[in-house]
Amino acid sequence: MKRFEFLIEWALFLCALLSIGTTAGIILVLAVETFAFLREVPVTDFLFGTNWTPLFATPSFGVLPLVVGTVMVSAIAMAVALPMGLLSAIYLSEYAPLGVRRLVKPVLEILAGVPTVVYGYFALLFVTPLFQRVLPDLAGFNALSPGIVMGIMILPLVSSLSEDAMQGVPRGLREGAYALGATKMQTSLRVVLPAAFSGITAACILAASRAIGETMIVAIAAGQQPRLTSSPMVPIETMTAYIVQVSLGDTPQGTLEYRTIFAVGMLLFLGTFVLNLVSSWLRARFREEYT
Amino acid sequence: MTQGFVRYAGVAALAAMAVACGGGGNQPASEGGEAPAALITVDGSSTVFPIAEAVAEEYGKANPTGRTPTVGISGTGGGFQKFCRDEVNVSNASRPIRPAEIEACKVAGVEYIELPIAYDGLAIVVNPKNTWATTITVAELKTLWAPEAQGKIMRWNQIRASWPDRDVRLFGAGVDSGTYDYFTEATVGKEGASRGDFTSSEDDNVIVQGIGSDELAIGFLPLAYVEANSSRLKIVPVDDGKAENGNGPIVPTAQSVRDGTYQPLSRPLFIYVARKAADRPEVQQFVEMFFSRTDLVKEVGYIELTPPIYELARKHFADRRTGTAFGEGGSQVGMTLESLLAREK
Repeated sequence: MKRFEFLIEWALFLCALLSIGTTAGIILVLAVETFAFLREVPVTDFLFGTNWTPLFATPSFGVLPLVVGTVMVSAIAMAVALPMGLLSAIYLSEYAPLGVRRLVKPVLEILAGVPTVVYGYFALLFVTPLFQRVLPDLAGFNALSPGIVMGIMILPLVSSLSEDAMQGVPRGLREGAYALGATKMQTSLRVVLPAAFSGITAACILAASRAIGETMIVAIAAGQQPRLTSSPMVPIETMTAYIVQVSLGDTPQGTLEYRTIFAVGMLLFLGTFVLNLVSSWLRARFREEYT
Repeated sequence: MTQGFVRYAGVAALAAMAVACGGGGNQPASEGGEAPAALITVDGSSTVFPIAEAVAEEYGKANPTGRTPTVGISGTGGGFQKFCRDEVNVSNASRPIRPAEIEACKVAGVEYIELPIAYDGLAIVVNPKNTWATTITVAELKTLWAPEAQGKIMRWNQIRASWPDRDVRLFGAGVDSGTYDYFTEATVGKEGASRGDFTSSEDDNVIVQGIGSDELAIGFLPLAYVEANSSRLKIVPVDDGKAENGNGPIVPTAQSVRDGTYQPLSRPLFIYVARKAADRPEVQQFVEMFFSRTDLVKEVGYIELTPPIYELARKHFADRRTGTAFGEGGSQVGMTLESLLAREK
């Protein structure tokens, strides 16, 4: 019997090791190819250059246009998801009667379950023409439509995580506020929200890293033209869309163009990694322990 | 439901699957007594893709028990890379094979038979709502697409002063594409030399979508894609400034491409068949359909070559004549049908 237990423990340990091994493997592959890339292209050119044309006859490897594209789309997505997500979380947590809550929560989860490729086509073929009626200068590929649709996609994430955070706030705090004569809105905004702050920030940062890593929506609807711009109305290219573009094409292994995939991938990975670190730090800093 | 019933159902399901798979696998062998025809793999130009796909479909209809050839769209350059690595049987190309690719094929021991199959007029297209670009000259195309234009030529009135002072948004084929190679050769004068800040995609449908949904867009597309999306795109006639072959701006039509007036953007389309694959009967049937079903060329929107050229190509294939008629390799600008015929002899 003891032998059996030992075997089980080992088997489970191996499963856990597999996930660690995979992560280590991914980081290793990214690092090796990125270093090979950086041997040929100086780091300063890569990080601070403003022209990204690695596949053309006179190649240029400044990754800023891709980064700006990613940040722009993610910023628009967060601008949509954060307020709407938080407000729906406040409503579901503080105001909604049980019946409404039972209906709205699963429906929100459906939004999260729609395949991202469907969101991409929705952005390209429905949202963009709709906006073009109001903004005639809007290009067919732009940053605005995928940004908004991405916001809708990550809204359930913000909403459900924030709501869980707010539910975790003890009722005693709320009742204390009511006892002091506060209205429901004052309680929600001035007592519950600050108390749940760490959980809500964690939700927001998770949503942000989801937005940055999102591929399908931007690959379909945002365009394939890397450019440094502040206008969300023109075609741009995000880091993820670039990786898709080169991978779908025919770039021979081992060339400089091939290594750009890994360099951009490494940048993405580092970006989300940093965001997660910030999230942990914020949570630790603002955590409220309720005994 | 008892445990016994579940077990029984599971075994029955597995048995059924085994019979179905086993039965299906045995079928072709028991039918004709010979091995089933292997798959014909085709890859390369997205320009040639509509023709190759149409012929593959017809082949599939003519051989219901065989396997329909698969046609990829890696771009002319991408297709040649795979072809010279012996990964595909047929390479679709919207330009002749280049010296570097000839070398790669020689090194890998891949011999190829070059066959012209159709004529394409590369069209310059804008959005139907574009009211100002009614004609364009080759010189203006060069201004717009040259490498020096990157970051500088960003507005319509920088191309022609009478055009509006608004953003110009560029769309075009990607660098793996023969269309891109040919277009840069024909307008800028050097294959592969262009600005980098435009939406470049090997998938022509992305370009159609981009131009069709943006009033300020302009781009270049193979004629077949324009014909297929005629409600979303508007062709701009091109003036090459040479009166000898047609005065003024010319619209790409079957007539103007055939008689050589739509220059410099008329070009022949090719398929390159691997010498080894040419000995297979199914490949021979497939290739023959390119010459006998020229109605498909017209159906997809390209221009048929003349019967003498098709005869010549048929003869080259029957003789298994390998090598290219274009010694220098790469895009040939100003290729009229007459000069093509003279080359191929």
